[in-house]
Amino acid sequence: MSEPATMAWLASHELRLGWRDLTSLVTAGGRRRRNAIIAIVVFVVAMHAFANWVVKNYATIDIGADPVTLITISSTLLLSWALLLSQAMESVTRIFYTRSDLDLILTSPVSARKVFAVRMARIAAAAAMMALLLASPFINTLAWHGGPRWLAGYGVVAAMAATATAFALALTIALFRLIGARRTRLIAQIVAAVIGAGFVIGLQILAIFSGGTLSRVTALHSPWLVARLPDADSVVWWPARAALGDITALVAVLVTALLVIAGAIALFSARFGEHALAAAGVSAAAVRQRRTSLRLRPRTPSSALRRKEWLLLWRDPWLVSQTLMQILYLLPPAVLLYVTFRHGTNAYVVLIPVMVMAAGQLAGGLAWLSISGEDAPDLIATAPVTPARVLTAKIEAVLGAVALVFAPLTAVLAFESVYAALVLALGIAAATAAATFIQICFRAQARRSHFRRRHTSSRIATFAEAFSSVSWAATAAVAAGPSWLAVIPMAVALAILLGIWLVRPRTA
Amino acid sequence: MHKSRPVSLATRGLRKDFERPAVDGLDLTIYGGEFYCLLGPNGAGKTTTLRMVAGLLGPDAGTIAIEGIDALARPEDAKQVTAWLSDEPMVYDKLTPYEYLEFVAGLWRIDAATAQARARDLIGWLGLEDQAHTRCEGFSKGMRQKVALAGALVHDPKLIILDEPLTGLDAGAARLVKNVLRERVARGGTVIMTTHILEVAERMADRIGVIANGRLIAEGTLDELRIKAGAAVASLEDAFLALVASEAAAA
Repeated sequence: MSEPATMAWLASHELRLGWRDLTSLVTAGGRRRRNAIIAIVVFVVAMHAFANWVVKNYATIDIGADPVTLITISSTLLLSWALLLSQAMESVTRIFYTRSDLDLILTSPVSARKVFAVRMARIAAAAAMMALLLASPFINTLAWHGGPRWLAGYGVVAAMAATATAFALALTIALFRLIGARRTRLIAQIVAAVIGAGFVIGLQILAIFSGGTLSRVTALHSPWLVARLPDADSVVWWPARAALGDITALVAVLVTALLVIAGAIALFSARFGEHALAAAGVSAAAVRQRRTSLRLRPRTPSSALRRKEWLLLWRDPWLVSQTLMQILYLLPPAVLLYVTFRHGTNAYVVLIPVMVMAAGQLAGGLAWLSISGEDAPDLIATAPVTPARVLTAKIEAVLGAVALVFAPLTAVLAFESVYAALVLALGIAAATAAATFIQICFRAQARRSHFRRRHTSSRIATFAEAFSSVSWAATAAVAAGPSWLAVIPMAVALAILLGIWLVRPRTA
Repeated sequence: MHKSRPVSLATRGLRKDFERPAVDGLDLTIYGGEFYCLLGPNGAGKTTTLRMVAGLLGPDAGTIAIEGIDALARPEDAKQVTAWLSDEPMVYDKLTPYEYLEFVAGLWRIDAATAQARARDLIGWLGLEDQAHTRCEGFSKGMRQKVALAGALVHDPKLIILDEPLTGLDAGAARLVKNVLRERVARGGTVIMTTHILEVAERMADRIGVIANGRLIAEGTLDELRIKAGAAVASLEDAFLALVASEAAAA
């Protein structure tokens, strides 16, 4: 047992909290521990099988690899790093804006700097653990087929998590100083979303212009890019070489990462408490609406409910950033549509499943917010409106919001092909309706601020939502062909909905 | 005095079981224009009773009539004349007080002109003019409770049901809420309220009901409760503690 108030003691406290958070997340509050263990085992086995299928053939790549291989590995690492950075920014922002034990920490006789240094290390450790968990099936598979040198990948992943956390801290604190506590929350969420999606999207847009496809590899292997990159001995390739098992490169990468995270902690821990206090006080700041007229507009219960939902959706910064991310993912298909117009090809068929999938995911989030995330359930329940009418109005609000996002793209597509636009519209409608149906079956009373953790309330609903969107996307893609085989994925999608109906909680 | 007035709320044989009976065959009769306080120790069944009356919880047995309307058979009609306010004001963080009132007016189908006049009066009365167009997210608990109270009153309910509405309010806000409720009663409205602040019940209530273990163990004016509790009893607090103690001893 370590001495109280030392770094080790604080670290063990953070470790305990982190562990309980994780187990609660995985076991849905400890209620389904056995199911969770079974699910984890199945997941681990499935991931190893998947990894075996994906990377088995790359296990024999030599450390002295050619530029194209180094580019591929580096860009994979860069993509993973961007996602880690996005995740770390989200964690840093969450710690900033959640008051939780801040008052206790800052009024205790323990050095706040020490506490926040440990807390920053916890963010890095959490990011590393998550990344290692996801990367381990691939690393293990490569090591199994290609020898232990591939285990160096664990070191590279840990180094990536450490540097991503350091950059996330620097970025968030820079935002804080530049634009203040209130705006940082929204901007940080948007930046995190953009960073996560930006790299993939950028590569896709590059690929569309260079090869007319959505394949990212096309862009990476283009002779133009290969000719402009540094030599194979360059420091730029060290992370890739470390991942391939080059011990010198691995040591260099690890030492650099350690120095970067230690430097960030030393630099930022002193003022972290000050910033966290300012951020926690943000909720007290007033936001005035532009409307100052005292004229109330006449409304029916349904229109009042719809308007309320739309206003709340529009004013929710987290949701705005999530929606923005969905729209960002639509950017490559939109560019593809533009290129299609210019060159007169029919590559727009690729657009349809992407948009149907995005619509399903967006509708799932919106439906949760509208149906489960009700901040004044008593008000709604005591209003003289039937529950069916309330539900209908909320569903209309979701459908309206999704239509607003996707109608312009569908309309543009109609100029190219009325049939494709019709398939797209039907696919979007089906994916949206299915996602909403799933949320209705698994509705639970929650505060809107719990949106981030909505996936923990029902694993079944989460997976069903994802599989349903994929199935409807596949249906639309095949139908756009056109082919009658579209009935097969459609049957799968309907079977998912039937399954959801059968296993739904009866109290809902 | 009250019995000459029409009945505003009547429950008969009201029952709700959770692990144990939370409300056990409760008969309550509250008359129009009456301020009724429901007192009881923690876990006595006060909140469960009020949540059933407000339509937030279905009873296992019994009947509820609000202004002569069978609240279980015609819930929407009963809700049209009822307002509910709990100790935790539920307002939308991202709406302004004015938008909140507009939303509530829409839910209760109040025509725009009437709703507007009432909203303006309530906003002024509750001292919310400066915050009328500011989102509720930064409001203190007292401010949020004022907004929720305005929402409860904007549809001019005949029966107002309040569960610990003064919890956590400062003296000024509590006084304002009490004044608003008193004024509603003076205009013929009916108020049923639970509170742990016995002084409030002592000063404001026309009649007081004491509930323990889900049953009504005593009911009446302050003087009637004093008499029932015993000759040595001077205040409502003494009467309440004596009644609850005798019930506990009997159980």
